[in-house]
Amino acid sequence: MTDKSAYTYVQLDVHQLGVRRGGVMVISNLSFTVKAQAALMVSGPNGVGKTSLLRALSGLLECETGVAKLGQENLATNMLHYVGHGEGLKGQLTITENLNFMFDLLGEPDEERPNIDGLLSKIGLLQQRNQMASDLSAGQKRRAAMARLFMVPRQVWLLDEPFTALDLGGRVWLSEAVRAHCQAGGIVVAASHEPLDFATQYLTLEAGV
Amino acid sequence: MRAAYSVLCVDILLAWRLGSISLVLAFLFIALTLVPFGVGPELALLKRLAPGLLWVVIILALLLSLDRLFQSDAEDGGFDQLMLSSQPLELLVLAKLVAHFIAIILPLSLVLPIAGFLVNIDIAALFPLVVSVLVAGPALCALGAIGSALAVSVRRAGLLTALIVMPLYVPVLVFGANSAQMALLGGGIALDAILVLAAMSLAAMLLAPLAISAALRGLAS
Amino acid sequence: MRIQKTDWLHYYANPHRFMGLAQALFYPLWVCAILTLSAGLYLGFQAPPDYQQGETVRIMFVHVPAAWMALFGYSFIAFVSILALIFRHPLGHLAARAAAPIGACFTLIALVTGALWGQPMWGTWWVWDARLTSVLVLFFVYIGYISLWRAIESPEKASRAAAILAIVGFINVPIVKFSVDWWNTLHQPASVSRFARPAIHPDILYPLLVMGVAFMLLFFALLITRMQSEILNQRARRRLGGDL
Repeated sequence: MTDKSAYTYVQLDVHQLGVRRGGVMVISNLSFTVKAQAALMVSGPNGVGKTSLLRALSGLLECETGVAKLGQENLATNMLHYVGHGEGLKGQLTITENLNFMFDLLGEPDEERPNIDGLLSKIGLLQQRNQMASDLSAGQKRRAAMARLFMVPRQVWLLDEPFTALDLGGRVWLSEAVRAHCQAGGIVVAASHEPLDFATQYLTLEAGV
Repeated sequence: MRAAYSVLCVDILLAWRLGSISLVLAFLFIALTLVPFGVGPELALLKRLAPGLLWVVIILALLLSLDRLFQSDAEDGGFDQLMLSSQPLELLVLAKLVAHFIAIILPLSLVLPIAGFLVNIDIAALFPLVVSVLVAGPALCALGAIGSALAVSVRRAGLLTALIVMPLYVPVLVFGANSAQMALLGGGIALDAILVLAAMSLAAMLLAPLAISAALRGLAS
Repeated sequence: MRIQKTDWLHYYANPHRFMGLAQALFYPLWVCAILTLSAGLYLGFQAPPDYQQGETVRIMFVHVPAAWMALFGYSFIAFVSILALIFRHPLGHLAARAAAPIGACFTLIALVTGALWGQPMWGTWWVWDARLTSVLVLFFVYIGYISLWRAIESPEKASRAAAILAIVGFINVPIVKFSVDWWNTLHQPASVSRFARPAIHPDILYPLLVMGVAFMLLFFALLITRMQSEILNQRARRRLGGDL
């Protein structure tokens, strides 16, 4: 789906990751590797730290220990996309305005603005382009939140519960997008408590690990 | 810079669409209307009280509106977007402060003359009053935002935010109200008080983004 | 990815070391505090009555040191908060949180004794002079600080927010003092300064300084006690609640 230039095939290495939350080390000494072109699914019971793991990798959460490397370089914020629980949409802005705002925040200064209408049709929301974000259904909001993945090219995708609120069509669409991204050299790490059909690698977090 | 400019425009647009200013203005007029019921409608008394009274009511109205400053961002995951941006968070926060100033303080200053006439303000004090509010405006926005950011992870944080911000507002209130009051004693605009306000506003706008960013990074997760 | 540099294992080591230190200091601090307090109060009653204010001037021996401690308390909180932020040491946050109610109490004592002192002099229970007003604002600063600690559930978030507030508030305190002074001066100017020659008679000065020292010792005695009890509290919670 992203017809940008392919990424170099590198793997994502995580060493000795430690994350503290609410006073306790929710993740301690976690190490794993995501192979090139792979989609890792992180599963585990609620509260085990899946979201914390993704947020730590994205840089939103400070980690106490550990390092993550993409190939030879440390994983930096401008190498990844993070799509979390909240959609990050402003309810009182239209979808088009939201996407433009998303790009303004996300894109590097020299990156070109994508065709918003083209983007909207990719995520299947072209009809809703002038609707207020608060008027959309949950599934439509999720798709809009995912728009950032196609807005600017980033090698690593961190997705938190990506299938939430998506209907069957939406799930198929997202899986297609993920597979295409991995095909082009991208890496995906997705946290989910339900099966993800695009996953090629699996990691299960347990309490007390 | 594009990101900061975009944050500025979006915040002003949102403030307009959400009608944030109406809350502040409504409180202003409600409070002002209550005053004569409390202290009596004697015009001479109101005239004496007017500049300081208006300042106090403005401060209270701002304290009221503070918790909404960051609350909506906290709820919809907007902070993540800001922190993941290619631009430094401090710059984006500064853009938010400027947006707050434009969306709230400017309309407030425009409405002040009307509010002033309700309490029989002396014409000579009106212009100094508006000037003092405009000059102190950035300080009010910046300091209020600090309180709002610190309380961002707390639900129903309105009172907590007001409590945190109140000591920060005292110096601004002192110089602001006093500069307007001095005009009543003759002598037009009290330049030294205005300069102090300007210095406070400048310092606040420069330093507040640092404190706010530090708070948001720790709290908005 | 952002990584903190310090090893939080320190946290599990240091409280033991701290508890040892606290235990060693506990009795000496309390004994010294009580002794100095008694000495100060005795000297206070020995001092000659003011020709103008009579016996009520003795309230000054509580009011002035309490006001000093109110200010010292907040400076202490700001100082350890900065240390805690820079060195990421949780003991700093603990000290700040423990010190806050102590400082708030001293502030309250300063306010109440200020009112008691002022009543015979001015005829009213409260007057908005520069000193009392500044202390009142300081009281709100303390209340806001304590409320922030209590409002945020997660300990890391709370300590982070409180530390930032402590620093911001600390910068604000001299600004408030400057503003309030500019606003109003009725109270007699501060009559004791460490660097200038005191403008009052040694008979008044020495009890004042002794009381100042006594309050300082009292502050630290209370601080050590509160920190000990908080650490024990956390241990008990951990044992009962079970840790991951």
